[in-house]
Amino acid sequence: MTSPQARPDQQIALVDLLDRVLATGVVVTGDVTISIADVDLIYLSLQALLSSVRPGGPAPASAARGQSS
Amino acid sequence: MRGIWLYGVTPPLPRMPATEGVAGEPVYPVESSGLTAIVGSVPLAEFAEEALRRKLDDMASLEAIVRAHHGVVDALARLSVVLPARLGTLYRDDEAVSAMLAQRAPALSTALRRVTGRAELGVKAYARPRDPGAAENAAGNAEGNPAGGEDTPGMAYLRRRRAQLTAAEEAQRKALADADCVHAALSRAAVAARRHRPQDPRLAGKRERMVLNGAYLVDRRDLTRFADTVGHLTGRYRDLELELTGPWPPYSFTVEEAG
Repeated sequence: MTSPQARPDQQIALVDLLDRVLATGVVVTGDVTISIADVDLIYLSLQALLSSVRPGGPAPASAARGQSS
Repeated sequence: MRGIWLYGVTPPLPRMPATEGVAGEPVYPVESSGLTAIVGSVPLAEFAEEALRRKLDDMASLEAIVRAHHGVVDALARLSVVLPARLGTLYRDDEAVSAMLAQRAPALSTALRRVTGRAELGVKAYARPRDPGAAENAAGNAEGNPAGGEDTPGMAYLRRRRAQLTAAEEAQRKALADADCVHAALSRAAVAARRHRPQDPRLAGKRERMVLNGAYLVDRRDLTRFADTVGHLTGRYRDLELELTGPWPPYSFTVEEAG
């Protein structure tokens, strides 16, 4: 694939991937399908994870509120 | 018990990508109605709904699954053309996959045609941190009591503070309006466009607020021209920081938008 960018060695950011693999993509529903619908939930847990691994980060709950304002 | 994990739908392929799937499994094709579903057999004990949800709550396993799923999708995009499946789409068996293909064939074929020869590019825009001098100027302009009386230090402080806040709100509004203009210009340079929800600054690893998280479907021969457009817009909208990502498999353009 030709890239307009000159940064092929750089690893794709996880958050950019999440935007795409969780929130988009062809959704083929039916009773045989189990799908991850609760994207907000995954983002929220990820936020909680990030603030817990980053010392000094704000508490997840207050951070989440701050984002939505 | 095993389930069938769907990576994407493609036209018939000459060969399978060598990339392993989310469970380290080889991927294989299931064909029906002139379409190919690329799938892998995964243990349900690890990948069925509850187990998968627990995995996605853990940073390390989340990243491993997301990157593995993307690895297969990206390999398919390089090999041919692919409609990526949303992460976590599982079927009981190959027959169920085959039935899905047959049932959805017209819509899937239309969607495949739409992304053939095209790629997705991402453009994110961040509001640049404001020049502190600008806030001071705004505060300075608001200096002085319009009523002509003497300002107490407390009143002067409040007046200055209010002017700073107004300037910050104004900058915020301008960044959002600029982002709309950038998105409109990029949409004109693309076949299709859509906006994702702006990312949390902490997830994005940025201090600045994200004001645009756009995805653009672009003809492959126009990829460079699109990148040039991004460069041009960077020069024009100085208060925004633009970031180009991709080319991506067409994740954001597999669903027909209703309206």
